Amino acid sequence: MAGVAATISARDLRKSYGTVKAVDGVTLEVQQGEFFGILGPNGAGKTTTLEIIEGLREADAGQVSVLGLPVWPRNPALLPRIGVQLQASSFFERLTAREQLETFASLYGVPARRADVMLATVGLEEQAATRTEKLSGGQAQRLSIACALVHDPEVVFLDEPTGALDPQARRNLWDLLRQISAEGRTVVLTTHHMDEAETLCDRVAIMDHGVILEEGPPAALVRQLDQPLRVSVESGQLPDDDARALAARAGAPPDSVTDDGVSLTIATREPAAVLSGLADRHALAGLRVSGATLEDVFLNLTGREYRA
Amino acid sequence: MTAFRSLSRAMFRGFVRDRTALVFTILIPLLFLLLFGSIYKSTSAPKVSVIEVGRVPLLDQAVAGSHGQLGKVMSITRGASLAAALEDVRKGTDNAVVLQQGSTLVVRYSIADQVTSGVVQAVFASIVQQANQAATGRPPAYQLTVAQVEDKSLKPIQYLAPGLLGWAIASGATFGAAITLVSWRENKLLRRLRLSPVSTVSVVTARIGVSLAVALVQLAAFLLIATTPFFGLKLTASWWMAIPVVIVGTLAFMSFGLVAGAIAKTQQAATAIANLVILPMAFLGGAFIPLDFAPAWIRQISYLMPLRYLVTGMQNVMARGEGPVSAVPAIAVLLAITAVLTLIAARVFRWDNI
Repeated sequence: MAGVAATISARDLRKSYGTVKAVDGVTLEVQQGEFFGILGPNGAGKTTTLEIIEGLREADAGQVSVLGLPVWPRNPALLPRIGVQLQASSFFERLTAREQLETFASLYGVPARRADVMLATVGLEEQAATRTEKLSGGQAQRLSIACALVHDPEVVFLDEPTGALDPQARRNLWDLLRQISAEGRTVVLTTHHMDEAETLCDRVAIMDHGVILEEGPPAALVRQLDQPLRVSVESGQLPDDDARALAARAGAPPDSVTDDGVSLTIATREPAAVLSGLADRHALAGLRVSGATLEDVFLNLTGREYRA
Repeated sequence: MTAFRSLSRAMFRGFVRDRTALVFTILIPLLFLLLFGSIYKSTSAPKVSVIEVGRVPLLDQAVAGSHGQLGKVMSITRGASLAAALEDVRKGTDNAVVLQQGSTLVVRYSIADQVTSGVVQAVFASIVQQANQAATGRPPAYQLTVAQVEDKSLKPIQYLAPGLLGWAIASGATFGAAITLVSWRENKLLRRLRLSPVSTVSVVTARIGVSLAVALVQLAAFLLIATTPFFGLKLTASWWMAIPVVIVGTLAFMSFGLVAGAIAKTQQAATAIANLVILPMAFLGGAFIPLDFAPAWIRQISYLMPLRYLVTGMQNVMARGEGPVSAVPAIAVLLAITAVLTLIAARVFRWDNI
């Protein structure tokens, strides 16, 4: 059985703080080499779940094993095989980027020259002699990930790695994360950026109120949602009546046609009929077809009300 | 490189690169030594200022015959009128007015300061005495020879230096431990270390090693500068016993810093808690106010202040000239304090703020 056991296996995890059930019966499995995402709004329990799996917190109930080993109490046999990134600023004070990496390397008994390899991996060679306090948010985040990878772990845990980054820095970091995964490592990350999960993760679990609401590959979750596609073209290319007739032929109700003066949009489950109809009328200028995203799945599951 | 060595190096670099910490641990104590030293130095005998009204031949003769000796205790100015001169004495600008009426020397002085008024009386009494003796035309029957005896009482620097050094070491150790603990918890480095295979013992001993190194650097820098002729600290025979006192003192105050760091949630809170304990201790534990001169109630309270044992332990061996054994009670008390505080710190320790 050892050969087929999941890399990460958590069963019925529970953790309460006072009367708050932060984690209320979470079961999940992550296979070797998988890129797994835990999604959820703030306070959903994703970080607590991750910390229980990492072995930072003791669960009130449930079992966890990583690489077939128990994570609690602190397991020195497991620690060298996992890499953890907790927060961008988890550094020693006033050390340079290279010194941080050298120090972390020595904690794992890894030679100091590995620091330069890691600096190159995350593209921080030029910042090697810069103190970590002076790095930009994206640079600090990449250094933090380099520190988690310095001992070449089999499993990597990343807690909201793109938290406060600008769009450029986020995309830059995505490339790094894809590379980490491509090297055959098992990666688990928490995030509340749906686009990030959709582009990076093989499989995601959407959490709220301490439980997993839905789990699966992002594309499958989106398909499950079964939302109509939205086909839009520039306004003024065909009369509203024509558009409604076209929609009706594609089986869509009249209220599926909207025109805001900029775009004419038809929501439909039979895009082929709508598209060919628009083509017949030479009304394809500014065509855009958009489907549901993971964000729609997420909002559908967790609700739209604002949470501080 | 072992985890222990690289951790020690990382922490030491972090300390050395922190200019504020360097200033506070090394420079401020020396500045305080300069400040407190000058306050205590100014207690030397003051010069008496006298206004001479009219012609006072007796005084002029005495000044001429003293070969400058009189000038050391007295400065003489000429006043125009008696009324103005008396007003100056009343205001305290000058200490006495002198005038001569025939063969009588008249001295009017203020007793606002008893020491100077005593000096005024004694100086003029001796001037008249000498003039009388000279008037007899015979050699004096009795002679006075004076020779200075070496002063064995403690010079201010001798008790100030161990006091300020003790305060510097205590605050360095306390703040170092407290701030490190809180900031490592805040930025999650503490938990990051917990998820690496390094043992807690390595982390703690590396921190202790760095704190001890810092304390010994403080000791060396302070002694080097305090023993320069400018400050004039004279180390006595068993001064080297101050080293073990400094070591156990550092341990004691580090463990206090760990308690403060465990209780506090933010760095500001940790600083406040540490200050709340260190500052009163500096005044009540013999660091800023030497216990020899302190009121009785301070001396009694000082026994409750851990700083007292660090200060008096060092004072005995490096400034009072007592034997090496005289530091042993202080070392024992500091070790006991370390043991108790470390136990408390271990109980209140938290990995994170939740």
